[in-house]
Order: sequence, then structure tokens, then C-alpha cells
Amino acid sequence: MANAFTDAMLCPSRRVFLAGAGAFVAWANLPRAAYAAQGRDPRFVAVILRGAMDGLAVVPPVGDPDFPALRGDLAIGTGSYGNTLPLDGFFALNDAMPLLHKRYQAGDALIVHAVATGYRDRSHFDGQDVLESGETGPRMSKTGWLNRAAAAIPAGDRVAPVQGLAAMPTVPLILRGDAPTLTWTPPELKVAKADTATRLLDLYSEVDPEFARVLSAGLDTDALAGAMDPVKGGGGGVAAAFKSLASGAAKLLVDDGGPRLAALSYDGWDTHTDEGAGDGRLANLLGALDGALEALATTMAPVWNDTAIVVMTEFGRTARINGNEGTDHGTATTALLLGGAVKGGRVLADWPGLKDSQLFEDRDLYPSLDLRGVLKGALRDHLGIAVADLSTKVFPDSIGIKPVDGLIR
Amino acid sequence: MSSATTSFVALQRFGLGARPGDLGAIAGDPRGAVLAEIAPDAALIADAALPDTVAALTEIRQIQAARKAVKQTASADANASQMSDANAPMEDMSPAGGRPPKRTLPDGMGKPGNPLAPEIAARLDAALRAQVGFAERWAMFWANHFAVEADSNQLVRWTAGAYDREAIRPHVFGRFVDLLYAATQHPAMLRYLNNATSVGPDSKAGLRRGKGLNENHARELMELHTIGVDAGYTQADVTSFAKVLTGWTFGQNENQPEHFGRFVFNAGAHEPGPQTVLGQVYDQKGVKQGDAVLDMLAAHPATATHIATQLVRAFVADVPPPDLVAAVAGTFRDSGGDLALVARTLVGADESWLTPMEKLRLPQEYLLAAARGLGVRPKPPQLLKALATLGQPLFNPPSPEGFHDDAATWLAPDAMTNRLDIAQNFAQQADAGDDPRQVADAILGDRQSPQTRDTIAHAEGRVQGLTILLMSPEFQRR
Repeated sequence: MANAFTDAMLCPSRRVFLAGAGAFVAWANLPRAAYAAQGRDPRFVAVILRGAMDGLAVVPPVGDPDFPALRGDLAIGTGSYGNTLPLDGFFALNDAMPLLHKRYQAGDALIVHAVATGYRDRSHFDGQDVLESGETGPRMSKTGWLNRAAAAIPAGDRVAPVQGLAAMPTVPLILRGDAPTLTWTPPELKVAKADTATRLLDLYSEVDPEFARVLSAGLDTDALAGAMDPVKGGGGGVAAAFKSLASGAAKLLVDDGGPRLAALSYDGWDTHTDEGAGDGRLANLLGALDGALEALATTMAPVWNDTAIVVMTEFGRTARINGNEGTDHGTATTALLLGGAVKGGRVLADWPGLKDSQLFEDRDLYPSLDLRGVLKGALRDHLGIAVADLSTKVFPDSIGIKPVDGLIR
Repeated sequence: MSSATTSFVALQRFGLGARPGDLGAIAGDPRGAVLAEIAPDAALIADAALPDTVAALTEIRQIQAARKAVKQTASADANASQMSDANAPMEDMSPAGGRPPKRTLPDGMGKPGNPLAPEIAARLDAALRAQVGFAERWAMFWANHFAVEADSNQLVRWTAGAYDREAIRPHVFGRFVDLLYAATQHPAMLRYLNNATSVGPDSKAGLRRGKGLNENHARELMELHTIGVDAGYTQADVTSFAKVLTGWTFGQNENQPEHFGRFVFNAGAHEPGPQTVLGQVYDQKGVKQGDAVLDMLAAHPATATHIATQLVRAFVADVPPPDLVAAVAGTFRDSGGDLALVARTLVGADESWLTPMEKLRLPQEYLLAAARGLGVRPKPPQLLKALATLGQPLFNPPSPEGFHDDAATWLAPDAMTNRLDIAQNFAQQADAGDDPRQVADAILGDRQSPQTRDTIAHAEGRVQGLTILLMSPEFQRR
């Protein structure tokens, strides 16, 4: 694998340039011996969904009487649009994720709702910066919370760093820091390019028609050649790409000498137009994510009981639908904990309600739960990190945010 | 024209694009910042690790000799093939041309790397270092004007970098006639345009071996390098000039180190007698005859116009404004081809700054500008591959004409999607701390359209934001 990646970087064919929209980073230098006595060897994986996932479309509050009116025809699971799978009666799961639903029923998946980081503006860059840095605001740190968490794990005999894996030029912020990282990317991940191309076409059509014509023709050619698989058209390529990243990561994680902490990211969640929660773009993305998470679970089956996966996004989307049957940048959203180590089969939420007066700034799902509390609870109980370290080093200035209890078996 | 706008034009049109901070750094005197790079040594690449022409030739000789030894060992009929092959080390590859030779060498020789990899690395360094990058752009223009094709021949491939460093760059802010001589007399050019094997039919060598003229170099010297295709020369002029140039070759015998890898005049291959070129009789003896024709071509009024047209087209507009061409050509003529003064006229003219930015950055400047803007340093093989993917492989144009520089050539559908792939790849290499909005403000300044600003601001992540920046019309046009 190392050689394949090295070769790809040295000889980046046209198609290889498509690689790397999602990145997998794993930290190998972890103390296993600290847990060896307890017979545990925990794995922790952070999955970042870049672009702001619409929590209300993924886990719709079908029991909330204000939900149908808020989302109108696009209120998924209310009878008029889309299908859902039952969770606890009040919440339901978008039926694009049947495999996750099975894990939920088996008690391995915990859904967290109305959750947000401490960031309250609506910039993707700043939002992802906060999500990954674990700071109280954007651009406050050049290191990520998962890297600092690695340093805060109780000392044991350190496992030697895995040598010889080619590093990607950059490491996502979440894993930046003093702890060494290694990176790996599957050969192709096309989702981002299709979305970027769509945005460029919109821009060009406004400011440079000649560019628009040329790019449009080029994309048509690519589509004919089967090189691109736009999110809107079917999603088979998306699913394969998501799964490929997850399977590759899981193979490393399950290995006894492999890394114990990892971060993956999936792009494409910025659904401003034609969101398609029931039958379009978002549904395809959710289906792809469902397959990817299941690939993680099945590949990591031998160590599943020692595994906790957190799936999170930088913020949510507007509670109401916008003028293009999409949603704009919002605040609170859904997160997910998955794994054999997770005490799942339930939805964790302090539901704020959906009446106009209950929305954040009269537009977004109100953030009633701080994501850092969830992460602190998981890191404390799964990796044994001291609360004092979590509140000062991993998530600085977060003493007031209590770790959520009872997330880990 | 605000100073911020002028800074942008300075960097975008005349240079290799802004690094963060550059727009402000030169805002006080944008034109002065461009003019400051017009200096005799501004375009030099002084990297002791890069081989000079002689070293490059020596290296390719050794590789060829080793390869031949392998071949001979493998062949039972080694002796038979040796006989007819006295010139083999320096001979052209098969007429079919392009196929690169296999680089398998005996143990101990090591595997020769791509000779162009350290060359692109040195040019990337120069680009990243420059305040504006005008000297680099100016040097790129002249290397393309006197184009050689790396894939035409093993020798050219191994000496193309040295050719640029030794024959082109030292002269790009000197006199045109010196540049013309240096390019014409370099082994890479003499090999590429075949003058090294052109023999006067009535010369000693011609009479003895029955060899003859090769008009290639003489024709391109007039058509491409000096007076231009419309200057009114005839086939008879080309033939006569080719005869004039017979004997212009380079030393190929390693046992004569004073000549090896250097221009030599081989009197034994020179066509004797006077020749008539463009209506004028040249009756000088030996190498002086060629010198006289080159001097005439360098000073020819058509050369001034031809070069001025190309320069204005390359830097300012696909349809060169006639007044600007006239001004640049005037300086060229009046100064006797002083290229520093020519550059000053081009940069000094307001029209050069005010003409709308409708040209498209060529791949090489696009990649270098992306590296500067994002502060990334792609690996040499990756840069070479990207250049090839985008259609401008380093020192390897499709013909002696060099790469075209008009937007129509490059604004092709596949080129745009390829740029998207590569822009995304570059964006992924950028510092994860970079905020695309700040980078865009820093390198596009107030030329950034509200729509572009908005599209970048609403990108779903850093990589996408930076990709859109690199793909924006403001970044790609100049």
C-alpha cells in the first residue's frame, strides 16, 4: 500500500489527481500497554463530514408537531416526502441509512441531536477549524484536539511509530500537532471534484461565459468517459469512493501493529440547492456514508468491541427550506457515536423544539448540547484521558462543559 | 487605476502572481518593482549542482556507452554491429523520434534520473524567490522563442536545461544579437535543428562522403528566430543561408576537451564560395560568413517588428495593440536590440497596464503562480507531470515554433478539467491553516469579483475554497 501511494504521488496521472478529497490520518505511536492489563486495546476514529450536514434531514424529529410546517413539502418522514426508519418514536432515521439502523437496533449506535461546537457563526472554514482544533473560536490553534488527546493518554509502553508509509503533503488540522501522524488516501475520490465543478460552472456563468462554455464541454467529455460521477446522478461512484476510504482505513486500524487513532473526512454536504434528502443528493450521500460506516464496522469486526467512532460535521443547516429546495448554513445538527464500545440504541438530545421562538436566531436548530461534552465523555471513558487534561489541553477553556456520562460501555 | 490594482497587474501580467503580502509590498511603486527585475543577472540560475553543457554531454555519453556495452554483451554479433557505428554515441534516435530510450544500466552505474527534474526544481525556486517574477517570465519567453524539443533527441533532452541556463538566460537582458549567437551555436540547438549534420555539397566532407545540406536551422533562424515568415525571403535565401551555416557544429570528441561540447566551425564541411541572402552577397570566408548573416538578421527591421509583436502578444494581448508593438519595435531598432531597453519600453508603456486582462496563463506560469499563491512546493516529478498533463511539458514544445501563447490554444475543454484536477491537488498541499478567503484577498486583491469572493466564501471546505481560487477567472486570466 505504501508503495502504491508513493508511486501515485510521484507519477500523478490525470486520474490520480482526483485523489484525496477525503483524507485518512492515523496516529501510530499510541500506548497500548496502559490498557493491556485491562484486556482492552481501544480504537478511536473521528469521521468529519465537511460542508455542514443537515441534521434535521438525517434524523428528523417526526414526533415534533412543528416539524412538518417548518420544512413543508420537504419535511422528511412526515408522510408527504421520503421514508424513515423508526428510532425512539420521536426521532426517525433517514431510510437512506438502513445499515446504521441495524447497528442502532443492535445497540452499537448512539445518535446525538441538537448538538454543536462552540462556534456560532456560519463560515465553513472557521466552523471546521473549530471542529478540528477543539478551541473556543476559529484560528486560535495550529494543532488539533485528536492530536492533543493522543498526548494526554495515560503513559504506557509506547508502540513504535509505523515506518515507511508515505505521508500526504498535509495533515488535517484535527490531527496536527506534536504527535506523529501518517496519512493514506485511496486512489480515487471524486465527490468533491463534481461539486467543485458545479460551483465553478455557476461562477463562470456569471463572470466569464467563455470559461463556462469550455468547462462545461470538458465535464461532458469526462462524464462520457465515465471519469466523473456527479453526486446528483446516481451516487454509485460516491458510495464506492466513501467505502474505499473506510475500508482502507479500517484495514490499518484492525492490524495489531497499526494505528489506534484515526480521522477520515468526507466532503460534499453543503446542500444549498436541491438538497434531495429523500431521493437526491443528500440521500445519495447518506447512503454512501451508511456503506462506509458499515465497511468500517465489518472490517474492524475483530476489534469492534474496542472501537468507538464519532461522526460529526462543522455545523447544521437552516431549520427552514430556502428558495432553492435546499438549506443554508445553520447551527445545531446531528452527530453519531458508533462502535462495539458505544452504549448505543438511543438518541441523546435535549430537544429545544422547533417553534419560531425556539430556533436559534429565528433560523437554526438551537444548540442545546455542546459537542465537546460528548467528545470529552467518550475520550474520558474510552481512552482514559483525565478530565483535567480534557478541559484544558484537549478542549481548552472548556471546564464549564461537563463530559457526558454513560456513552461508553 | 488604484495602486492595488496596479500591483495586481504587475504581478499577474508581468510576473508570476502574488504571494500573500506581495500586493501590498509593491503597492508603492508597482511598475518600479517590475523594472527592478530588468538587470543583467536577474534571470540567471546559478545552481552549482546543475550540470553545465559539457558535463551533461559527458553524462549522456557515459550512459550511452554503458547501454551499448550491455547491448554488445547480450549480442553474439557484437562485432558486426560495431563496425558501422562510429558516430553512434551522438547520433539521433530513430527517425520515429519520440520514444524515450530504456534506461537500464549495468550495476554500479546507477539509474540516471530525469535530467529535467532538477531543472524544474531550480526554476520553481527562482519563481518562489522572485518579488514579481518578471525576469522569470522574460526568460521563459526567450527560451520558448529559441525553442528546443527535449524529446527530439537524447542529447537535447540532457542539455536542454543547460541550454536555457547558459545560452538563453545570461543574454535575455543583453543584446539580442548575443542571444541569437548563443542560442544558434549551442549543441542543443545545433542538434535539434540539424545544423550539426548539415554539410556543404561542395565542401571537402561533402565531396568525400556525398553528404549534403540540411536547411532546417537556416529556415527557422529566419522564420522563427529573427525576421519572421512574412519578411519576404525566398527558398533560394533559405538554401543560401543553409550553405552559409555549413560547418557550424560542436565538438563531439571527448579527447579534445577544448572543443568537446562547445561550438566549433568545421571548415571541412563548409560550403565554399560567396552566397546571396536577401539580395546581399556574403563573400566572407569561413565562420565569418555566418557571423555576417546573423548580424544582418539581428539588425533587420523585420526582426524588430517580429520580436516586438511576439513580446506584446505574449505579455499583453492576443491581438497586440499596434501602437505598443510600434513602440517596442522602435526601441529594439534604435537601441540595436538592447533587450533591457526593450523590456523597459514594454513595461513602461501605459497601454501594457491598461489593456484588459483577457489572456490565459500558460500552464507553466499557472503552476508557478499557484505555488507562489498557496506557498506550496510540489515535488519536481509532480510538477513535470502536471506540466505534461496541461500540455506544456518542460522544454518540449510540439515544434520549433515553441508553445503558442494565445488563449484560444489553451482554453480547451480538456485543459480546463485538467486544470481543475491539478488545482485541487495543489489546494490539498496547501497549509491546513490557510483560510481561502484570506488567501484570495491576499493574492487577488481588489481584482477579485464579488461573485468569486462569494463562491470562495461559501465553499464547503478549505480545499474546495482554494481550488475555486486557483480556478477563478481572476487567477487564470492575465
